[in-house]
Amino acid sequence: MKTDDLLVLLAAGAGPVDTRLPVRRFRWALVMATLAGIVVMAASLGVRPTLGRDTGLPMFWFKELFCLALAAIGLVAALRIARPGATRLAWPMALLAALLVVMGAAAGFQLWAAPAQDRLGVWLGLSWNQCPFNIVVLSAPFFIALIWGMKQLAPTRLRLAGAIAGFGSGAMGALVYSLHCPELTAPFIVTWYVLGMLVSTGLGALLGPRLLRW
Amino acid sequence: MSASEDRLRNLLVRGLEGESVAYLRFLRELSAFLRAFLKRRLAGLPDEVEDLVQETLIAVHVQRHTYDSGQPVTAWLHAIARYKLIDFFRLRSRQEIHNTPLDDEPELMAESDQDAAEARRDVTKLLAGLPDRQRLPIVHVKLEGRSVAETARLTGMSESAVKVGIHRGIKALAARMRDDG
Repeated sequence: MKTDDLLVLLAAGAGPVDTRLPVRRFRWALVMATLAGIVVMAASLGVRPTLGRDTGLPMFWFKELFCLALAAIGLVAALRIARPGATRLAWPMALLAALLVVMGAAAGFQLWAAPAQDRLGVWLGLSWNQCPFNIVVLSAPFFIALIWGMKQLAPTRLRLAGAIAGFGSGAMGALVYSLHCPELTAPFIVTWYVLGMLVSTGLGALLGPRLLRW
Repeated sequence: MSASEDRLRNLLVRGLEGESVAYLRFLRELSAFLRAFLKRRLAGLPDEVEDLVQETLIAVHVQRHTYDSGQPVTAWLHAIARYKLIDFFRLRSRQEIHNTPLDDEPELMAESDQDAAEARRDVTKLLAGLPDRQRLPIVHVKLEGRSVAETARLTGMSESAVKVGIHRGIKALAARMRDDG
């Protein structure tokens, strides 16, 4: 078939296209994943009993906002990288860096302010060895949703797209996990929460090229 | 923004709204740009150029819903062309990929080439290999220019099945082109 005949074939009767459908599906998948994530967390780990009381503490909101902001950055970046050629990631990256600097400074200050014998406890808390693992597990429903959502579009940088999907789902997993996790110190969050997100980012980068090919 | 960027963007946006005449013009202009772009990158493989032009055109068509009207059409098209080219190299061999410049995005519209060689791969034959529920809607609607309603009557399929058949059929063609190498 000649190329021009192919073009005629492709254009003939090519009706209007709903360009907003992928974004709607993306949103829908995220809502489902959030429900799944909360159910899995509540059923396996449980919402912590002191959650109601903790809402009075500034550090609680600091932690929630940190996770929420990272998740928002990850999701915005995921939607961008999912389109061919739309790789404007400078803003999300700058925001991400700024947040990590703020959280790192807060962590440094808390460690510096704590008495020397308490420093290790502030950093490790009671659950440092479970936290990253739980975050990676809870990121799974979000990872599935993000990869599925990205496949509605057509990412062309598969490894980067996979890494961003991994990061976004890690941050969403951390947000859900934070409703269980009782730790409320900046050094703990900036180390173990971020470590969990880094692991899911790495897994995403590993799986991206295989899962996202079209 | 270059003049071709504006013109192509305008044609594509109108095409996405359902103006098939504008869409055909978009595809024609695009094919000339693609041909020049790929000829330069496949200098050692002139026989492959037209096949890859067709494959990339189908990819652009299948993925046209991913164009966001706020983004430059050149960047969008270049990313798809680059993706198909890398895929092509990956399936062939891993060597050429290192010798081929891929990231000179503004160059996609630097030249245009109307001189279509004969494609080696015959899309008609690939089309013949599709199952009836995809092939018949494509043949009736796309090649013979019948309406969806008429095609539904001719084939005994429902109208939505005809539309789904066209959509899936074109996607299947794209997949077969890729596997076909």
